[in-house]
Amino acid sequence: MTETTQQALRPDLALIRDWIPEGASVLDLGCGDGQLLANLRDTRNVRGYGLEIDQENIAHCIERGVNVIEQDIDEGLGNIADGRFDYVLMTQALQAVQRPDQVVAEMLRVGREAIVTFPNFGHWRVRSYLFFKGRMPVSRRLPHQWYDTPNIHLCTVQDFDTHCRKRGYKVLDRLVLNNDHASGLGTRLWPNVFGEIAIYRVSY
Amino acid sequence: MPDIHAPGSVGLVTPTVMHFDQPLELECHRVLPAYELIYETYGTLNADASNAVLICHALSGHHHAAGYHSEQDKRPGWWDSCIGPGKPIDTNRFFVVSLNNLGGCHGSTGPASINPDNGQPWGPDFPMVTVKDWVNSQARLADRLGIRTWAAVIGGSLGGMQALQWAIDYPDRVGHAAVIASASKLSAQNIAFNEVARQSILTDPNFHGGRYYLHDTYPRQGLILARMVGHITYLSDDAMRAKFGRDLRSGRFHFGFDVEFQVESYLRHQGETFSRHFDANTYLLMTKALDYFDPARDFNDSLDQAVAQARCPFLVVSFTSDWRFAPERSEEIVRALMAVGRDVSYAEVDTDKGHDAFLLDIPEYTRLFGAWMRRIANDLEARA
Repeated sequence: MTETTQQALRPDLALIRDWIPEGASVLDLGCGDGQLLANLRDTRNVRGYGLEIDQENIAHCIERGVNVIEQDIDEGLGNIADGRFDYVLMTQALQAVQRPDQVVAEMLRVGREAIVTFPNFGHWRVRSYLFFKGRMPVSRRLPHQWYDTPNIHLCTVQDFDTHCRKRGYKVLDRLVLNNDHASGLGTRLWPNVFGEIAIYRVSY
Repeated sequence: MPDIHAPGSVGLVTPTVMHFDQPLELECHRVLPAYELIYETYGTLNADASNAVLICHALSGHHHAAGYHSEQDKRPGWWDSCIGPGKPIDTNRFFVVSLNNLGGCHGSTGPASINPDNGQPWGPDFPMVTVKDWVNSQARLADRLGIRTWAAVIGGSLGGMQALQWAIDYPDRVGHAAVIASASKLSAQNIAFNEVARQSILTDPNFHGGRYYLHDTYPRQGLILARMVGHITYLSDDAMRAKFGRDLRSGRFHFGFDVEFQVESYLRHQGETFSRHFDANTYLLMTKALDYFDPARDFNDSLDQAVAQARCPFLVVSFTSDWRFAPERSEEIVRALMAVGRDVSYAEVDTDKGHDAFLLDIPEYTRLFGAWMRRIANDLEARA
């Protein structure tokens, strides 16, 4: 066991881990510092690769012994064969890519299932920020100003549901979490209002 | 004068020559009955010989990769930026072996060596050697040094090709492979540049069909031209612009063919320096080894199948401004390794330094490479 497994996994990543079976092959788009992949390797015997563009993060991945490929997701996954992976993950990056629709389609081309997380722009606090202040919402989940945000395609749980329906994607699992990374009565009854983070597992 | 005793330097080093009597069968179907390899080592081999790292040299490189041969040395070995105590290839933790390849001109058996059959320099009779042949000869050197498995085989450019071939040919003897600024085979454009370089040597009046040793001369102009062409391709347009621009040596045009622009002066200087200590026949051989390299050829032209032989984790690094071995060429290797599920990490380092970047201390590159090597050392030490 390496030091990475002893560190607490970010709660949303821990939830994703629970969806991934022993020995699966995984591609993690925008894998960051490789925390999830290292954890999956050590706890689930998962083999995988992370794609990342930030050099600092790439160095962290290498230090962790995680396979990391420098690649811009916006330029597609053309170098990866159809159906190459069991799972293709993308955590908290959907809102930052040029064409999220194309990325999700690519994820389902190279993987059997895609797991996507994004901040829900339909959350009541986001709505009230815009409603009462008349300004682009700034919060813990969306900490940037309108002019310097990497998030260029924010969407709501309802938007993503609609998108999956239109494209014929099956939503196999959906977790909508509140601020404490928990699912409560509110997020179950009214996910588009009370959910702060959405986690989807989809397939064709 | 550099500081020979600087803390990051391996300091003074002495090369060793090893003689081999066991004939070496070559890919060209000829046999080298006996040969010598010259090599240097840095650091200490541990008790179970598990910390050995092989450094493979590029086209004009040799065994002297780090440190100094004497107190008077003006320059350290060719990869001193990466090899030494605390450097990415940390000699406090690794035992580093660097050799001059067969066919070379710095102490290993090559065209300038004496052919035992006739007592004369081999010259053009020296057999064509390939990357595969080099790897086989290096495996014998490893045997003699008591190294069963290399912790890592590392190389840039032509050296990266050797690292890749090692991983394919000797999967159980390579712990890790680093393929830097390299390619799985040359492009037609690359071969074309090599051909220009070779023709400039072959057509030099002092070449004498490769037997210039007997005429007490050498194809100086040919070598200078070959190196000038090579040098242009190793730098990037931006690097040249930054270094020389269109600066004139005297500040005005002379309307003649003497050196006027700084870049002309630089190229001539590089070419001349090179021509003084590199053997023309070796240059011909090494560029041909580059041209012939194509491990996929043994596997129905499938690079996927070729790299599927390998078992070790890879590090592949490219440089944005390297147009001789462009990032796309490295990505081909990465794609094949991913397709067959091999462990690989890949980084494309942003620099304007061109192909030569792999020899330089570029912080981002040094950091990634250092992180990769540290991981290897940590894993080795954890297992011990």
